Amino acid sequence: MEEEGVVKKFLYVNRKAPYGSIYALESLEVVLIGAAFEQDVSMVFIDDGVYQLKKDQQTSVSSGIGMKDFSKTYRALEGYDVEKLYVDKKSMEERGLSVDELVVPVTILDDAQMGELMEQQDVVLSF
Amino acid sequence: MAIEVNGKTIETDEEGYLVNLADWNADAAKILATQDELELTDNHWEVINFLREYYDEYQIAPAVRVLTKAIGKKLGPEKGNSKYLYELFPYGPAKQACRFAGLPKPTGCV
Amino acid sequence: MLHTVNKSPYETNSLSSCLRLARKGHTILLFENGIYGALKGTCFENVVTDALNKYQICVLMPDIEARGMRVDNVITGIKTVDYAEFVDLVASNSTVQAWL
Repeated sequence: MEEEGVVKKFLYVNRKAPYGSIYALESLEVVLIGAAFEQDVSMVFIDDGVYQLKKDQQTSVSSGIGMKDFSKTYRALEGYDVEKLYVDKKSMEERGLSVDELVVPVTILDDAQMGELMEQQDVVLSF
Repeated sequence: MAIEVNGKTIETDEEGYLVNLADWNADAAKILATQDELELTDNHWEVINFLREYYDEYQIAPAVRVLTKAIGKKLGPEKGNSKYLYELFPYGPAKQACRFAGLPKPTGCV
Repeated sequence: MLHTVNKSPYETNSLSSCLRLARKGHTILLFENGIYGALKGTCFENVVTDALNKYQICVLMPDIEARGMRVDNVITGIKTVDYAEFVDLVASNSTVQAWL
């Protein structure tokens, strides 16, 4: 096990759209569980991963696909002290998305900034 | 497993959590508490209602650390601490209170 | 830092995102269906050949051979590795990003 008190930099890389596969929800659950270890956590959203944060997801049993709308859960991350959320600039542009269409405040990173962020990590978890 | 609430059968899992969130009502909470030999007071209800609101907003049951902090923010430091919450819910404020609130077990609890 | 790509570039944009976001000097390993990005005579050959100026690119040979390809099909400059060298790559890099 790790030495007590050592804070490591953890990066969760999210590249899949929600609902079509289990990756997005799995990643979010790992982040929530991992938050108990009080590490330095960042999350990035690249490619279709940016769709995880799209506002106005309607998934209810009565009118929709009958799955839990876990986009609401990203708003709970702040309470778990997970506050560093980043989106890839090009992925947002390709999809015609702007930050005001996302459920949480995020920081936009360009190619070089994203590469730098990845390089700074102790642990990268890819989804 | 199941519990009887006002003549209606409500399904629970092997740990006593409701299988369907929508089955919950205040009487179900009272019966679940009775199983743990607890009588629900206004202080219990304050936490149970808080959890239900939290779940409605975020679609998860909070971890105990997050719950404690959030209760403190909303109801004040004299309630947002482990001692107070464990006195109300001796089997764990997140685990036990979530069960009474009809929510799933908090993510990250084993 | 090591990046791994295990998807065909025709199926997902994993390879193109990896090539866009990795930093100079990083190593990229292509394996499983990712090996299709390492082949000559494809629409990806030019972009991958250009990327060799910035990254070390490796490809897992058993995955090449399993798909009916040979070392001659691999773009010049891409390093072929076996399982043991794959393990060495993972062990010698402090972090690994898997472009799934």
